[in-house]
Amino acid sequence: MKVHVTVMPKKSVLDPQGVAVRDAIAHHGFPQARSVRVGKFMEIEVAGAGAEVEERLHEICRDLLSNPVIEDYEMRIEAGGEQH
Amino acid sequence: MKAAVIRFPGSNCDQDCFFALNRVFGLATDYVWHKDTALAGYDLVVLPGGFSYGDYLRCGAIARFSPIMKAVREYADAGGLLIGICNGFQILAESRLLPGALVRNRSLHFICEHRFLRVEAVDNPFLNRAVTGQVLNIPIAHGEGNYTADEATLDELDRNRQVLLRYSDALGCVSDASNPNGSARNIAGICNAARNVFGLMPHPERACGASLGSADGNIIFRSILNSLGVSAAA
Repeated sequence: MKVHVTVMPKKSVLDPQGVAVRDAIAHHGFPQARSVRVGKFMEIEVAGAGAEVEERLHEICRDLLSNPVIEDYEMRIEAGGEQH
Repeated sequence: MKAAVIRFPGSNCDQDCFFALNRVFGLATDYVWHKDTALAGYDLVVLPGGFSYGDYLRCGAIARFSPIMKAVREYADAGGLLIGICNGFQILAESRLLPGALVRNRSLHFICEHRFLRVEAVDNPFLNRAVTGQVLNIPIAHGEGNYTADEATLDELDRNRQVLLRYSDALGCVSDASNPNGSARNIAGICNAARNVFGLMPHPERACGASLGSADGNIIFRSILNSLGVSAAA
């Protein structure tokens, strides 16, 4: 299966990168962009599926792919990616 | 009396740390490779600066899972003196051996310059030869040194006197103007509650002799040796 993980800086954490990108968008003549937050997107191909595998993936998201002190993650299992 | 400098792929201040410990202070010092799994017989362990694993994912995030880190954690849990400098501090935070996290400097710039630091607490093995309020001139060199933690954690650090160094001006005045990277409460270095693990963004090993522009970093090494019962030569 294919797993998509999005990692974003927590709302409470300043994201200076996002601010710089927002400013760059404004310099491109689009001042309507009010705020930008920059995160990470990861695509993971996983052999196998099931509740146990998903639980392990959440563990990996918490322990390695994101730092819960400063980031939140969202994990999505893509439909149609099942392999037998 | 023996020190270990841990080397990760991408460490680049390992030789500077070795120089300060071994050449300046005469301490027997070994390099320990990140794939090693044992840390026996050491009185001081240093996680040096650099860009371990290319800073991929987050600074220190991958080094945290190096084989040697299990031994480092056991060493720290047993009360051994552990100091993480720059990337070493990031690794300690990622390992949860110290609270909080180090994020991108608020200016987004990599900053490499001498900065003034005010000594906040001396009842610990890392600054026992300094006096509270003393100002040290020690360089920083980082892009991700902006210390972040929630308010409750920051309050607890203050209450327990775990903040050891803050960015200040030459007179020891701590303000937003003396904050190079946006760190919460101007924090430059903290220790754990047990006071045997110290993480700091500034590089004391780059301020270990007048020929380097400052010898103020030596007060940290001298304090460590003092707490280990060794009278320091330098």
